[in-house]
Amino acid sequence: MLGEYDIIVVGAGHAGCEAAAAAANLGSKVLLITMDMQRIGQMSCNPAMGGVAKGQIVREIDAIGGYSGIISDKTMIQFRMLNRSKGPAMWSPRAQNDRWRFAEEWRLMLEQTPNVDFWQDMVSGLLIEGNKVKGIRTGMGIEVKAKAVVLTNGTFLNGLIHIGEKKFGGGRMAESAAKGITEQLVEIGFDSGRMKTGTPPRVDARSLNYELMEEQLGDEEITGFSFLDIEKIKPEQQRSCHITYTNEEVHDILRTGFDQSPMFTGRIQGLGPRYCPSIEDKITRFTDKDRHQLFVEPEGWNTVEVYINGFSSSLPEDVQLKALRKIQGFENLKMFRPGYAIEYDYFPPTQLSHTLETKLVENLYFAGQINGTTGYEEAACQGLMAGINAHLKNHGLDQMVLSRSEAYIGVLIDDLITKGTEEPYRMFTSRAEYRILLRQDNADIRLTPKFHEIGLASAERYENVKEKLSLSKKILDFINNYSVEPALVNEYLAENGSAELNQKVKLSTLVPRPNVSLQKFICQIPDVQSFIASLDSKRTIEALEQVEIQLKYSGYIEREKENAEKIGRLEDFKIKDDLDYHLIPSLSMEARQKLSKIKPSTLGQAARISGVSPADISVLMVFLGR
Amino acid sequence: MRNLRNIEVNMEVGMNKNPDTIAAIATPPGIGAIGVIRLSGNQAAFLADSVFKGKKAVKSSKGYSILFGKFKDGKEILDEVLVSVFKNPHSYTGEDCVEFSFHGSPYILQRALEILIEKGARLAEPGEFTRRAFLNGKLDLSQAEGVADLIVSESKTSHDIALNQMKGGFSTEIKKLREKLIEFAALIELELDFGEEDVEFANREDLKKTVKKINTVIHELKASFKLGNVIKNGIQTVIAGRPNAGKSTLLNALLKEERAIVSPIPGTTRDTIEEILHVNGVAFRLIDTAGIREATDTIEAIGIQKTYDEIKKSSVLIYLYDATTMTQDEVNADLAKLVHPDLQLIILANKRDEVEKMYDNLRKFVEDAIPANHLYISAKQPNYIHQLTDQLYLKAIGNDLQDQQIIVANVRHYEALLQAGKSLDKVLTGLETGITGDLLAMDIRQSLFALGTITGEVDVEDLLDYIFSKFCIGK
Repeated sequence: MLGEYDIIVVGAGHAGCEAAAAAANLGSKVLLITMDMQRIGQMSCNPAMGGVAKGQIVREIDAIGGYSGIISDKTMIQFRMLNRSKGPAMWSPRAQNDRWRFAEEWRLMLEQTPNVDFWQDMVSGLLIEGNKVKGIRTGMGIEVKAKAVVLTNGTFLNGLIHIGEKKFGGGRMAESAAKGITEQLVEIGFDSGRMKTGTPPRVDARSLNYELMEEQLGDEEITGFSFLDIEKIKPEQQRSCHITYTNEEVHDILRTGFDQSPMFTGRIQGLGPRYCPSIEDKITRFTDKDRHQLFVEPEGWNTVEVYINGFSSSLPEDVQLKALRKIQGFENLKMFRPGYAIEYDYFPPTQLSHTLETKLVENLYFAGQINGTTGYEEAACQGLMAGINAHLKNHGLDQMVLSRSEAYIGVLIDDLITKGTEEPYRMFTSRAEYRILLRQDNADIRLTPKFHEIGLASAERYENVKEKLSLSKKILDFINNYSVEPALVNEYLAENGSAELNQKVKLSTLVPRPNVSLQKFICQIPDVQSFIASLDSKRTIEALEQVEIQLKYSGYIEREKENAEKIGRLEDFKIKDDLDYHLIPSLSMEARQKLSKIKPSTLGQAARISGVSPADISVLMVFLGR
Repeated sequence: MRNLRNIEVNMEVGMNKNPDTIAAIATPPGIGAIGVIRLSGNQAAFLADSVFKGKKAVKSSKGYSILFGKFKDGKEILDEVLVSVFKNPHSYTGEDCVEFSFHGSPYILQRALEILIEKGARLAEPGEFTRRAFLNGKLDLSQAEGVADLIVSESKTSHDIALNQMKGGFSTEIKKLREKLIEFAALIELELDFGEEDVEFANREDLKKTVKKINTVIHELKASFKLGNVIKNGIQTVIAGRPNAGKSTLLNALLKEERAIVSPIPGTTRDTIEEILHVNGVAFRLIDTAGIREATDTIEAIGIQKTYDEIKKSSVLIYLYDATTMTQDEVNADLAKLVHPDLQLIILANKRDEVEKMYDNLRKFVEDAIPANHLYISAKQPNYIHQLTDQLYLKAIGNDLQDQQIIVANVRHYEALLQAGKSLDKVLTGLETGITGDLLAMDIRQSLFALGTITGEVDVEDLLDYIFSKFCIGK
């Protein structure tokens, strides 16, 4: 009835939307199936994008040609660049978004993307012939054929919601769970597990007393996520968040509900993330803390609904409400919906290859929470890569695998595939061994050319990168050659605790100093100012930023590059999929088992598998070496 | 971040771009006439010239030439050496190679290897010379399996040795060091990844103190390396017993020359006498002591007190008694005063020659009284002495190890501590100049990688575990 497609994407959350958009933009005929078309691109949890490490991922998605950055920019109500006091690798963009506008924008962009068709239905099973996926079957009993299928089921697979002693099936509050897929996949031989996550209550802004809370303003300058020139709000239009705290009385009330807590009574089996604990977890695990910080985040421009960040809970709704009302500023609080916990099925991601295709069933791809991750950004980037790779494979082209030194996306996928995950996986900068290289300011330089080549990153993006690079070079040449008079800078140097000059020096010896700002000071020197003006480009600020980072951190950047290159050489040792490790008797037994299970694609990946020793790698190298 | 760096450092050969220059002792264990250290890699000649002083530099010498000169330890001369020069591809590994021939003392070889590592060589991984030879096409493809086996067996041995060394106090220190480093690294990561959280961040002054503390531990470890001391200073071994039990005779027999004043008058050895004894290349610092008895004059009393002091500091005690005059009750009474928990004990029933001269009944009575775990010897007769040296080696090292491997494993740890210390020095400089956490973390990671070889690898999960267990994360 629906005809045949190149790619079917199941689920229209952050992963599904990116997968559908990328595949369609590359030229595939895509069918996006969702259980509810009103909920495309939902922010199921907090109304925010980015943050530390996550913001870098959004920048990468954008550099590749995904939509998350553009949509975040268009729908933000507040923007902050986190970690500004730290080195440039730590700078992390974060936005509060209008939840409704965000979802609307996703739907509109998808509707405007040629090659994307929609169908509202529940996918209840896959059509599989031999070891290849051929399409899907829906709850309505419709079969649709496709060359590839991307599963992005989020928390919907056998989703089970808990509030106190109540529990009911559902993928999100008031949305039904999806059944059938897990059972079918397990039947074929997939391993599956359960994970748990939670969300806090949503409350009525009109019932809160903001006077009693601390205000958290947005930045005075909004740089945003996208490398394209997206129109964003003016800084003065931004909405504030507010900060308040729990107290002992709140904790005491919460404790009265512990005997009904699904977490503490053992009704929830799945493992939740340690970095996103529920409020009841916080007060039991950190008994010495007499208060916990809460962020009151507006959900949009025009709504009175607000999100209580930090108060995730699955205690009975009346206990949640009673406790909330003891918080400063919340005395008269009205609740819209309580927090809840949700359990769902996931498939340990070691069953995938680096392209996110399953090892067991060809042309079947997994992305997002189905792989045990958490977070919009983590999901979106997997969807993007799965969509790209499904398209490339259908066309017999080389698939795209990003390395750990190339992108956070590379780190994320490699971690999942190589190590698996026991708790919902979230990105941290500490997971990246080359974080000095993986900065938000250079995501376009790192990724856009590569994805322009396959036809995803637009010509406009590519030209922007080229211009940024050529401008950087011009500025650098100028700085290397221009000598500055001491009289022009000594006052500033003295004020900023930097040694004064006795004679003219090249600017390139001045910029590397920690307290000397290129943009805020050097660019104010008249000659420099007129040179910069003569460049006459929209990308000048970005180029100046590159030059400043290059000059100030070159030693560290070079060191990281060297390290990455050394590892890169190990990554060049490709291992064939059909290598029978059991035939290499010199490998330790543990190494043989782990290697057979994970089937690493390179020696570098093999080295990252726990239980594979340097001696094992040495042995493998001998067998692969010649 | 796990074992990546170790592998990166170790595995880069075969990929040809600036592989490390590696070094190792190439001659078999023990004291031989000569001992050879081999260097391989494109920095071999450069490294050799940094320690070698002869008429001609290694760098400007042709392949297959031999140079004579001095191997320097700083300003001092460590040894006179012959240097054999090999130019790629005409060497065992197919790379530039240099071989130093030393006089065969384990101490000299150990020290020379340490110097080369300080200069920038890397200690060869198990089987690495052979692996390089193989990857450079010097060995036949059919030998791949053999090469692999060699790597595995050498890795296993060095792992066993490492484990063996970890018993006792050293392993406790290493564990503490690892915990401190994880804690420190985690505190830095905390402010990077969780800077927005409502948690208390460590201030720079406290972090400086922590780094200094860790560095002190590293320095102490470097200095007190048990097996490093074995090579450099010997295992402290005290010979004790009552006056006239034959201690000095025994010492002389062990050293095969008259050092202590041997006389039949009780109390001749008033002070302690130190001698170095090499057994299978392991050095024992033998300390002959004044006899244990109630002193009759002050000088002797001081000597006896010194005996007790020396025993407290020692790893091995050789207690000997005169089998012709001492009862087992008296022996046990002496031992009760001498032993401490860390002490390896060897008990010798001496004067077997005199017992053997006794009438049969008396002889049987005396010999039956000697417990089976006492070595029944005559210090005067050399044929019993090797039983004792075997025992010594066994007690100090364990019978499944050869001294050569101990030296190597030890240098490996030394190398790791050296690197870790260097990286931490950079961290400290960084803290003092006020650089940001992400840059500090680079050097902290280096130091964690370096220590990974001794302490076990430190994974990012270890850091996250620490953070999540100590700090309430998650808004």
